[in-house]
Amino acid sequence: MRSISNKQHENERIQVMGLRKSKKTGFKKYSILPGFGLTMGYTMLYLSILVLLPLSMIIFYSSQMSWPEFWDTVLDPRVVASYKLSFGASLAAGVINMVFGVLLAWVLVRYSFPGKKIIDGLVDLPFALPTAVAGIALTTVYAPNGWVGSLLGFKVVFTPIGVVIALTFIGLPFVVRMVQPVLQSLEKEVEEASASLGASRFQTFRRIIFPEVLPAALAGFTLAFARSLGEYGSVVFISGNMPLKTEITPLLIMTKLEQYDYAGATAIAAVMLVTSFMLLFIINFIQWWTNRKFISH
Amino acid sequence: MGGNIPLGFTDTPLGSSREAADPKWVQWLLISIALTFLGLFLILPLVTVFVQAFEKGIAVYLEAITNPEALSAIKLTILVAMIAVPLNALFGIMAAWAITKFQFKGKNLLITLIDLPFAVSPVIAGLIFVLLFGSQGLFGKWLFANDIKIIFAVPGIVLATIFVTLPFIARELIPLMQAQGTSEEEASITLGAGGWKTFWYVTLPNIKWALLYGMILCNARAIGEFGAVSVVSGHIRGLTNTMPLHIEILYGEYQFAAAFAVASLMSLMAIFTLIIKSILEWHGKRQMSIENH
Repeated sequence: MRSISNKQHENERIQVMGLRKSKKTGFKKYSILPGFGLTMGYTMLYLSILVLLPLSMIIFYSSQMSWPEFWDTVLDPRVVASYKLSFGASLAAGVINMVFGVLLAWVLVRYSFPGKKIIDGLVDLPFALPTAVAGIALTTVYAPNGWVGSLLGFKVVFTPIGVVIALTFIGLPFVVRMVQPVLQSLEKEVEEASASLGASRFQTFRRIIFPEVLPAALAGFTLAFARSLGEYGSVVFISGNMPLKTEITPLLIMTKLEQYDYAGATAIAAVMLVTSFMLLFIINFIQWWTNRKFISH
Repeated sequence: MGGNIPLGFTDTPLGSSREAADPKWVQWLLISIALTFLGLFLILPLVTVFVQAFEKGIAVYLEAITNPEALSAIKLTILVAMIAVPLNALFGIMAAWAITKFQFKGKNLLITLIDLPFAVSPVIAGLIFVLLFGSQGLFGKWLFANDIKIIFAVPGIVLATIFVTLPFIARELIPLMQAQGTSEEEASITLGAGGWKTFWYVTLPNIKWALLYGMILCNARAIGEFGAVSVVSGHIRGLTNTMPLHIEILYGEYQFAAAFAVASLMSLMAIFTLIIKSILEWHGKRQMSIENH
């Protein structure tokens, strides 16, 4: 019904307006709704002043450095050590979150247990809790005299493991929230068919459920990974910030700024931005791939 | 980040009808592992905040959250959120209207652009405003000559916060308004209502829960932002310290009970946020199910 009346409407519109109007607004299709100029203009102005202009400063200031200067800064051993830690810890946290995120989503969708609604709501805590609060709380829990730290036989706080723990906290909701809707929409009949054809529960999981869940889990992993690379607040308390050992890349930008080394800070920021944008591209690709899979079904 | 974090009304509700085929012991094993994981990473840290806050007694707790420095940090945090959230809400509505009510070229690029701040580290979000308005920055000399302070002052904190929280509301409204289409607004305009009237009586009632939802998330992040604000604030006590920065300073001075006392206020706000969020999700789903039937 809706599309038919829209079409009729469109025909009338073309008759009334003729070609004059559509020629005038070339890049936009004609609509009877008002406010395009105002809302589009405001959107572009807001984005230009608050996002594009400030971000272009990174390119502007990096381009003022000579290449040797730039490479010396971004390939300094201390900086390279921070890339390794940021990447390694984000990767480890992402993998932990992928495994436990799928498990959590499964438990929350398929099983019922007391307090399930509260647990489901609590999964979003890392989005709501300020990172500095998370940072000091995790440091206290995992310190050698803390509730968990005292039970462990190894040191967590002020080591790379501490960084992994903080990043696991930060990335926790992503995989769960990506996988939950997929499990929700998975048809039970397919699993029953698989079981009735003689597949074991494990085979059904591996062959039927896992392939459906994987793209969503990967998308969640990438989101958590990207967020972890830039994370600052929750990490700096638990990591101890020892040069070459437990310094993350965002901390080095901060350190350079405190020494008024704006060029150095900008160069490292440029490397981080390029990495983030590449991840953005990968995420969009995974989502495109997932959507295509769903459409082809 | 880019892509869609499915926080919002497009999710399906938790299914209770989906009974599992797994044996009971498998269910309990998996539930136990999942809850242990949550306990270690979410619940214990949250409980710790409150235990540590009250460790030295009620008097220390009350002193920590009512001394002048803490109060000025609380005031500044509220002020920043009260500027950043409405501005981003207005932007979210404007952007969502332009994107979802019209067809134009480059729409996907615009959506990616709106998502961009999520892809940027908070520290870089602070850095770019220092490069723009700091003493060495592009406008630094001009600002100095005209005696305007942005960096190491409140305007810088507001700008960095707006940048970091910019996508929250737009990205809640865009998918919802996309799904709702344009026919209701077109009917209203055809019947002779003006643009403003159409928005107020037709669009706004349809998007109110999603708008509030986005504002709640935006507010939580605006209040808690640490990295970006840390770069631009200059940590001037009583002047440019927000609550998270105040917590950092207290913690750095080994005043753990005081640090956790302020942290407990922020944790309460986080829990409050989660509760409102659940209520709004419930309203949003109910509204959608009424529309679908």
